[in-house]
Amino acid sequence: MTVQAPEPLLTPVYQYPESLTHVPTHYCPGCTHGVAHRLIAEVIDEMGIRQDTIGVASVGCSVFSYRYFATDFAQAAHGRAPAMATGVKRANPDKLVFTYQGDGDLASIGAAEILHAAVRGEHITVFFINNAIYGMTGGQMAPTTLDGQKTTSSPRGRDAATTGAPLRMSELLAQVDGAAYVVRRSLHDVVQIRRAKKAIRRALEVQQQGLGFAMVELLSSCPTNWGLKPDEALAFIRDEMVPVFPLGDFKLPDEATTGASA
Amino acid sequence: MAVELLKGNVAFAEAAVRAGCEAYFGYPITPQTEALEHMARRMPELGRVFVQAESEVAAINMVYGAAAAGMRTMTSSSSPGVSLMMEGLSYMAGSEVPAVLVDIMRGGPGLGNIAPAQSDYLQIVKGGGHGDYKMIVLAPATVQEMIDLTLLAFDLADRYRIVSVLLADGSMGQMMEGAELPPMRPLAERPDWALTGARGRDTNLVSSIHLDPEEEEAFNLRLQAKFAEIEAREVRCEEHLLDDARVAVVAFGTAARVAKTAIAGLRAEGVAVGLLRPITLWPYPEDALRALAERVDTLLVVEMNAGQMVEDVRRIVEGRVPVRFYGRTGGVMPMPEEIADAIREAASAGHAAGASDADAPALEVPA
Repeated sequence: MTVQAPEPLLTPVYQYPESLTHVPTHYCPGCTHGVAHRLIAEVIDEMGIRQDTIGVASVGCSVFSYRYFATDFAQAAHGRAPAMATGVKRANPDKLVFTYQGDGDLASIGAAEILHAAVRGEHITVFFINNAIYGMTGGQMAPTTLDGQKTTSSPRGRDAATTGAPLRMSELLAQVDGAAYVVRRSLHDVVQIRRAKKAIRRALEVQQQGLGFAMVELLSSCPTNWGLKPDEALAFIRDEMVPVFPLGDFKLPDEATTGASA
Repeated sequence: MAVELLKGNVAFAEAAVRAGCEAYFGYPITPQTEALEHMARRMPELGRVFVQAESEVAAINMVYGAAAAGMRTMTSSSSPGVSLMMEGLSYMAGSEVPAVLVDIMRGGPGLGNIAPAQSDYLQIVKGGGHGDYKMIVLAPATVQEMIDLTLLAFDLADRYRIVSVLLADGSMGQMMEGAELPPMRPLAERPDWALTGARGRDTNLVSSIHLDPEEEEAFNLRLQAKFAEIEAREVRCEEHLLDDARVAVVAFGTAARVAKTAIAGLRAEGVAVGLLRPITLWPYPEDALRALAERVDTLLVVEMNAGQMVEDVRRIVEGRVPVRFYGRTGGVMPMPEEIADAIREAASAGHAAGASDADAPALEVPA
């Protein structure tokens, strides 16, 4: 006996991406990690690469990202995701390998590993979540913390004179010849989210085309550790972070010399 | 294959190639750099992976990645570089990926020097990184063993999903000796747990995180059961002239090799001395040592450190027999005459003191 599937009454326009597991995330209300996860999963679905993609999770709030992506995954040590991803990619040159790292992981303890992955032009894609703070450990100062920003380890506000000014990783890595694609986007409103998704796709295509190291920095919210409501946190990205971390394309593949399609 | 004149560092590197190592990641450090240089030439010509990492920290995490992808992979370094790898080694133990590490030990602590030493015994044999874990530790004493034990290291690593370490000192890395390389082995298939993309199967995860303490304890118990199996099955040692020995030297690697020269001289003088040489430092030849302690008068542990393995020997013999120690540190090699003197003193003290003097000090016996 065959059962005819009923015609849907309405056409679904918003569905769960196949590349996300159906596991509720541990992220706080108002945190934009969930948005970033969803965008990456949508792109993986749209490119049809779920079964050819291997993720490398980092340490910090994104430590559990391996639970949420329905791809092969590794869980790296703090800051070492680009080194581990190098090993995974060299062993699987025909697969797509991405890391998902926060700013404490990438810009502080893992500064050497991210820099030299870019120097080697490692064919990996890095999704860099910059929320200007250590989230998982409860809101300590990161290299990306804004001047004057109060954190649990800069209780009187970050003092640039003794702790340095916010580190702009995209600008830094764009200086490296091996970096093929380095852009900064934000997740603070719908327009920026749409732009972020396009960049995520391009960063994976750059890897697919063998053009070199690719990174998308995503300005992200941390309402819990910023002590702000979710809407205030999105406004904080727009009004406080974007002026320090300007959005834009810092390095794009030289299409003329590579012959790659845009 | 024919016997060739081979340098220790080149011998283990080429042995790794022939064992089917498909990915090498390393960082230059004396006295092991010839291995990295050999791999820089050999791996690309075979279409395999060679990466000179930005640090030993990165190198071991690249190994972690390639191992997670199911490739036979390795790194090599020397003491200060191996210290930097401890984090990665703990993660690899915590996610049960196989790999091989070669530590060509040098004098320390700190920057120390580039002369041969055995002072990483405790770091490598007892863990070194955080958490309860073990690595299989193999201690070669000839260039031929550098080759043979490298092959064994890969096989054991794969069989038990564990890190195997070849623990040798700078003189083993630098010396040239006649040795025979094995034929090239075919490359292994990727195991089914490896990260290769979830095509036609469920997703794989390589991770060392178990947030729930009960779950972490269950994982630890499983690890301990695996370690117990390795202890039961993989012990290797050499027993040299022990049948009639009254004094037994216990030494590994280069120290054992020098001790053999001392023992040959003393045997010619009629001294009943032999050698127990652990080839696996973990699992340690505990049964062989315990049996030996039942029948000799004295044990003399000789090491190129301030007394590291001797802690294990004393633990294992449990006071059955006096355990004496002779060591040189800082990259100084013990000479056969020094060891012969230590054996003579052990022999005379052994007869005088009987079997109760377990805590006899190293060499400071009354004149």
